[in-house]
Amino acid sequence: MSNGSREGVQEALRKTGVTALFFGRLLAACVPALARPRLIIAQVYNAGARSLIIIMLSGLFTGMVLGLQGYDLLQRFGATSALGIAAALSLLKELGPVLTALLFAGRAGTALTSEIGLMRATDQLTAMEVMAVDPMRHVAAPRFLGGLIALPLLTAIFIVIGLFGAQLVGVQMMGVDRGIFWSQMQSAIALKDVTEGVVKSVVFGAVLSLIAVNEGYHADPTAEGVGRATTRTVVASSVMTLLLDYVLTAAFL
Amino acid sequence: MRANRSLEIGTGLFVLLGLAALLFLTTQLPSSGMKFGFGTPPGYQVTAEFDNIGDLKVGAPVKMAGVRIGEVTNIGFDTNSERAKVWLNIHKRYNQIPVDSFASIDTEGLLGGQYVSISPGGLTTYLKNGSRIMETQSALVLENLINKFFANFSSKSGSGSQGGSKGPK
Repeated sequence: MSNGSREGVQEALRKTGVTALFFGRLLAACVPALARPRLIIAQVYNAGARSLIIIMLSGLFTGMVLGLQGYDLLQRFGATSALGIAAALSLLKELGPVLTALLFAGRAGTALTSEIGLMRATDQLTAMEVMAVDPMRHVAAPRFLGGLIALPLLTAIFIVIGLFGAQLVGVQMMGVDRGIFWSQMQSAIALKDVTEGVVKSVVFGAVLSLIAVNEGYHADPTAEGVGRATTRTVVASSVMTLLLDYVLTAAFL
Repeated sequence: MRANRSLEIGTGLFVLLGLAALLFLTTQLPSSGMKFGFGTPPGYQVTAEFDNIGDLKVGAPVKMAGVRIGEVTNIGFDTNSERAKVWLNIHKRYNQIPVDSFASIDTEGLLGGQYVSISPGGLTTYLKNGSRIMETQSALVLENLINKFFANFSSKSGSGSQGGSKGPK
């Protein structure tokens, strides 16, 4: 094995270890961070409330396109009454959690990484340590908890708006009966399907927030380093979302 | 202090919206949850009894000549007649449906949901709140139909030689 590739492997192992250790410290810092709910509220606002518009718009159009595509597919078999089931299942189990997570990574994850990375680059984190203020407790943990709380709520909003988008196209435009749309949907969906979507969104919330905070915290303290960390956040978040989505789906089936 | 206050209001609004969405998903979607219902338009209630309602569900439409005139509001089992009892809400403006009308349970398309279809009778007295549709026809259950077809098929092919080779061993 050449010297360069050995160093590459060692570096990858080191990064994985740093992330795992950071996750442990983050979890430990979450408990005392709960004593300052104001910091967490501010982060729920940053990650959640300010993503609301993009999530609602995306949910509406995702639902509308589901209504169109679903109708086009189902009318070939004369089964348009199953449109409600098709739209609800795909939104609940896949599109809702995954698309919300991807949008969250782009909208809130990048903001978290660049904010913390810039704090690192401008020595704010070091200054906190000098003043005996733990930056894990005051910077990292509230942002992690804020993302963890915000993403499941955003996902639920995305799914509900998406359902009404699907009904808008399916019922109002395409003429599927409203009673059939809702009653077929309600009779076919079990609580387990809702649980699957909620569990997925909680897992995504934890993983994406961890990635964003970790990348920012360990960014190179330069302008270039913060930029690279932000890019890594988006790439790692997207890949992890899709990978974990498969694992969780397999676990639930 | 001002900025802090609007931040808290925004967060509260967002969290409430999210929780309301979660509540909607857990109570309104699954079959096990309780439904608030979307409010049926004003109309009058009639009932009809069927031998078999198949896959008919609450909320399914009631149609006359293919036009939606109401919806199924409740489904129960009548222990006296031992038949399924279906409550229908007919919209107010369709108030001239003859009392001898005929109700049947039809299927929309091949795989579609089922609905109640009403064919008008000839009398000039009309259905009103609380009346009952006497003439009904059950849902067509596809499995029964296939069973009948195969029973018929095998009894016929037992004597002939053509269908015998493909018959049950």
